Amino acid sequence: MNPFQFTRVTTPKAAISAVTKEKGTYFLAGGTNLIDLMKREVVIPERLVDINKLPLATIEKTVTGLRIGATAKNSAVADNELVKKYFPLLSQALNAGASAQLRNMATVGGNMMQRTRCAYFYDNSMPCNKRSPVQTGGAAGSTERFRADKGQANGPTGCGAIGGFNRMHAIFGASEKCIAVHPSDMCIALVALDATVNVSGPKGDRKIPFGEFHRLPGDKPQQDNTLQPGELIMSVDLPTNRFSDNSHYLKVRDRASYAFALVSVGVALDMKGNTIRDVRLAMGGVAHKPWRLTKAEDFLRGKPATEANFKQAAALAMQGAKGYGENDFKLTLAPNSIIDALKTATKTA
Amino acid sequence: MADNERKGNGFDNDNSPRRIFLKKSSALAAWALTPTVAMTVVDNGLHEKVALAVEQMPLWLTINGKAQQLSIEPRVTLLDLLREQLHLTGTKKGCDHGQCGACTVHVDGQRVNSCLTLAMTTEGCTVTTIEGLADGGPTGTLHPMQEAFIKQDGFQCGYCTPGQIMSAVACIREGHANTPEEVREYMSGNICRCGAYANIVDAIMDVKKGGAKV
Repeated sequence: MNPFQFTRVTTPKAAISAVTKEKGTYFLAGGTNLIDLMKREVVIPERLVDINKLPLATIEKTVTGLRIGATAKNSAVADNELVKKYFPLLSQALNAGASAQLRNMATVGGNMMQRTRCAYFYDNSMPCNKRSPVQTGGAAGSTERFRADKGQANGPTGCGAIGGFNRMHAIFGASEKCIAVHPSDMCIALVALDATVNVSGPKGDRKIPFGEFHRLPGDKPQQDNTLQPGELIMSVDLPTNRFSDNSHYLKVRDRASYAFALVSVGVALDMKGNTIRDVRLAMGGVAHKPWRLTKAEDFLRGKPATEANFKQAAALAMQGAKGYGENDFKLTLAPNSIIDALKTATKTA
Repeated sequence: MADNERKGNGFDNDNSPRRIFLKKSSALAAWALTPTVAMTVVDNGLHEKVALAVEQMPLWLTINGKAQQLSIEPRVTLLDLLREQLHLTGTKKGCDHGQCGACTVHVDGQRVNSCLTLAMTTEGCTVTTIEGLADGGPTGTLHPMQEAFIKQDGFQCGYCTPGQIMSAVACIREGHANTPEEVREYMSGNICRCGAYANIVDAIMDVKKGGAKV
């Protein structure tokens, strides 16, 4: 690992100030992704600002729902009684991710900030626009290794996954620059549950709807999210809902546990008898951001929970999907997973 | 004398003789060892960073019941601190990327991957390794989980075993060892390439059913 400076902070203000002061400075929370990226020299920080001692680990009831602090550990959130009772989808999604050890380390904010697991992104000898974006002075497609900027990695530009090994990659919203997927399970639940992200930065505080926190790659795949420089995630708000009896997180992966999703589906419903009063649907492993299925939701609202309706909803959800070769199987796996998750959540399986 | 410098004037003083010496000597050492790499390093101004690399920071923590006052580089992981500096080699380095669980230790009672934990982030924490699991330390009586692993033959080569045992103890303490299925799910962060999984699950269920204090 490359050497770096290390700063401990005890207030969010000091953290924001420290990370704004100097280029190549990163917040360090659980470190489960960042330390790994540093060992592989995909990220080369000049300085780490340790935010683990900030008082941001609380999980508390609010007037409108639940507020989860940014440094609350994934395991603490998954095992929290309020989360289990009122937001079981979130608990299930968290427990579907990583291992018990990693969940004890990883934080809510860090989980949102984790980078894609695209193999090209992690390999400095392979082309990747996310890791090594085209900069002034570095020609596109160049195989010459260059150090783009402080805190950024070396490596050639381009997208190795397009036309390469892309079994794990996106079928929605990809661009010619990047077809990587967002890796989190937790975020699939949070986008389905209409969470809001509270951030604080050098220009003050603001709220970001969860669906607008992560972004599609477009021509800036190096940007995973819409945070501005120096902004720190403070907490995530969840509004109350009537989904607790009919929630399910389905994760399809290469082994029974401890693997990233090929496809995952988060579904939460408010049922009256067999009628779907309200529904939230989101998918993981299919796009550069947690993928909300609003067309399918709109179709299902007010309809009875039948396999025929689920199939039609899945077909609507798959509009615009595109395979890249090795991941063509997701075009079948994804709709089948949607139907399966809906059946389980409505107890009609 | 080295200790005095670490605690005192050696830290933020750019002009300290030690700092200048280290800058020169580390750059020279790099040059002598691998000339081509050293050229790149000097071109990028990285000799500055090589010097910073040996900059030490103070760290206080408790390991296996013993308070420790240490001086480490910020980039040292808890795993490397335990193994290289404190010679607690019971904790194993497998993948070094959080994928195998061989490095599992307890920090403030929670099982974590020590390979992805920067030691600096454990300031003031209580760390327990396999050496500190049994009453009376390595020479004392074995922990019930260690006994159960022997009884159930929960290993072949033994390399993953310290991590398996630390994880297994935490699994029971967390309340996630109620059925073999639950054990398999909550032990999935510990890989055993010999494939002793069936016996590991048996060992954990033995301890759980036996009701021994873990």
